[in-house]
Amino acid sequence: MDRFLFLTLDGLSRGAVYAAFALALVLIWRAARAVNFAQGAMAAATAYVGYGVAAATGSYWIGFLTAIAAGLLLGAAVERIVMRHVGHASPLSPVIVALGLVLVIQAGLGIVYGNEFRPAPTPLSRSAVTVGGLRLLSPYDLFVFGAVGVVVVALAWIFARTAVGLRMRAAAFAPDVARLLGVRVGGMLTLGWALASAVGALAAMLVVPTELGLHPNAMDLVFVSAFTAAVVGGLESPPGAVVGGLAVGLALSYVGGYAGSDVTPLAVLTLLLAVLLIRPGGLFATATARQV
Amino acid sequence: MSAYTLPRHLGLLAVGVLAVLASSYLLEPYRLFQAATVAAFLCATAGLTVLTGLNGQLSLGHGALMAVGAYSLALSQRALAERGLTGGGALPISLLAAVLVTTALGAVIGVAAARIRGPYLAGVTLTVAIAVPALTVTFSGVFNGEQGLAVPLAPPPAVLGPYFPYERWQLWLVAAVTLLALLLLTNLVRSRYGRLLRAVRDDEVAAGLAGLPVAGIRVLAFVVSAAAAGLGGALLALLTQNVSPGAFSLALSLSLLTAVVVGGLGRLAGAAWGALLLVALPELTHSLAEALPLTPALAHRMEGNLPLAIFGLTLVLVVIVAPGGVQGHLSRLAQAAWTRLPHRAAPPTT
Repeated sequence: MDRFLFLTLDGLSRGAVYAAFALALVLIWRAARAVNFAQGAMAAATAYVGYGVAAATGSYWIGFLTAIAAGLLLGAAVERIVMRHVGHASPLSPVIVALGLVLVIQAGLGIVYGNEFRPAPTPLSRSAVTVGGLRLLSPYDLFVFGAVGVVVVALAWIFARTAVGLRMRAAAFAPDVARLLGVRVGGMLTLGWALASAVGALAAMLVVPTELGLHPNAMDLVFVSAFTAAVVGGLESPPGAVVGGLAVGLALSYVGGYAGSDVTPLAVLTLLLAVLLIRPGGLFATATARQV
Repeated sequence: MSAYTLPRHLGLLAVGVLAVLASSYLLEPYRLFQAATVAAFLCATAGLTVLTGLNGQLSLGHGALMAVGAYSLALSQRALAERGLTGGGALPISLLAAVLVTTALGAVIGVAAARIRGPYLAGVTLTVAIAVPALTVTFSGVFNGEQGLAVPLAPPPAVLGPYFPYERWQLWLVAAVTLLALLLLTNLVRSRYGRLLRAVRDDEVAAGLAGLPVAGIRVLAFVVSAAAAGLGGALLALLTQNVSPGAFSLALSLSLLTAVVVGGLGRLAGAAWGALLLVALPELTHSLAEALPLTPALAHRMEGNLPLAIFGLTLVLVVIVAPGGVQGHLSRLAQAAWTRLPHRAAPPTT
C-alpha cells in the first residue's frame, strides 16, 4: 500500500511535467496545425542554457528564469527563421523540417557539451516527507505541482481574458478573417511558438533533475510520453492535455514501479497505439462528421 | 509494367553486377568496406522510399526495423553456429530469418498505421524508434544489453583461393543481396502495385471511391518497406560483425529519412544518392575535423555529431528550398538538356 501511494504521488508529479509539455504541443497544434517534433530537442537546449547560467551565477532561480526566457526566444526564432518558410505542398513537410531541427539541435548540443550525462541539481530536497509512516510528496514535487499549476492558470487566463489571447485564438481559428479584422496573424503565430517553447523549457527544467541528468537526448522519452498525453486529450484541448498528462504519468509510474523502468518506452508505445486505435480523436473528442 | 520494363531492369542489374565486380578488384580494402556499407544502406533507403516517397507514409522507425533485422540475423547465425552449421548454408537461412521477422513486424505496424494519419503516424513510429533499443536492454538475457552480440560470418569459400580478401567477399555478398532486392523493388514500383501506391498517396479519398483497397495497399507498402529495412540491417550486421542498440538509435532513423528526402523522395534512384550520402558525409566530416586545428576533446565531440548536424541542416534546407532532392534536380537537368538537343529544338521545316 505504501508503495502504491508512493507510485501514485510520483506518477502525478511526473504527469504534471508531461501535462505542461503536452500543453506546449497543443498550443502549436492549435495555432499552426503542426505537431512540433523538435519540441523535445528545443527544451533540452534551453535546459542546458538554464543549468549553465545556474552554475555560472550560483543561483538555481536565475538559471530557471533564464531557461524560460531562452525558451521564448528559441521558439520565436524557430518560427521566424525556419517554420514560416516551409511550403504546404505536402503535409509531411513541417514534420520533416522539425525532424531536421532535432538532428541539428541534438548534434549541436553534443558538439558543445559532449554526449555524456551532466548532473542537474534540484533547488529543493527530493526526499519525501514522511507522515505517520507513509512517504508522501517531496518539497521538489510540490514545487513541480506549483510551477505547472501557475503555467496552466496563466495560459488559461491569457487565452480567455486578454486581448492578445483573443487575437491568438482568432488567428488560429480563422486566419483570413482575423487578417481582415486587423490581427497580425504572423505575429500571433510567432507568439504562439514562443509561448509553447517557454512552457517546454519549464517542463525540461522540472523533469531533467528527476531523470539521469542533462543529455542531448534527455527529452526524447519525455517528448513521446507528452505526445501520448496530448493524443489522449485529442491534441485540440488544453484541459485534455493536462488530464492526459496526469493519466500518462500515473500509468508510466505504475509500469515503471511494478515491471521495471526499462519497460517504460514499450509501455508508452502500447499506450499510444491503444489510444489511437480505440479513440483516434482522443478521449475528449466530440464526434464530428468526417470531411471529404 | 510495360513489355520493356523487365528486360531494362535486368540490363541495369547486369550493369550493377559488372560495376560491383570491377570495383571489388580496383578498390583498396577500406573502400570495399565502405562500398558494401553503401549497398546495405541502399536496401533500407530504397524500402523507406517505397513507403514515404511512393505511398506518403512517414516512418521515423526504420532505424529500429534495421535493428530488428540485424538482431534476427545475429541470433540466427549464432543459433546455427551452435549446431555446427557455419558454412554456405547458414547465411541464406539467417538472411531469410531476418526478412521474415521484419516482414511480420512490418505487417503488425502496417495494420496499425493503415488507420493512423500524418503526425499521429510520425509519433507512433518515433516511439517505435525509441522503444526498440530499450527492448534490447530490457531483455538483456537474449540481446546482451548495451554490449550487443557478435555476428559470426564464415570466411570466403576455399574455391576462391587462399588469399581472397575478406572485404571483397563481404562486398560480393552484400551487393548480391542488395541488387536482388532492388530488382524486386524496381519491378514492384513499375508494376500495377506501384501505381496503386501512388494513387493512395496522391488522393486517398479518390482512391477509395475508385474502389481501391486503400488500407490493404498501405499495409502492403509498410510490409515491403519493413522487409527491405530489415534486410538492410542484417547486411549491415554482416559488415560490422556486431549488433548493439547504440548503432540503431533515433539518430539513425532520422538520418535514413534525411537520406531519402535529400536523395529525392519518390524515386528509387534518390535512395541510391541517399545511401551514398550516409556513408560519404561522416567520412568527409572526419577528414575535415582532422584537417582543422582542434583540441582532442573537441575533435572527439565533433566525431559523431558533426555529420548529424549537417544532415539536419541539409534536411531543413532541402525541404524549404529544393523539395525535389538530388534526383529531382538531376532529372530536371536531363529533361532540359533533352529538349535543347538539335533535333528537338529545331522544328521540321519541310
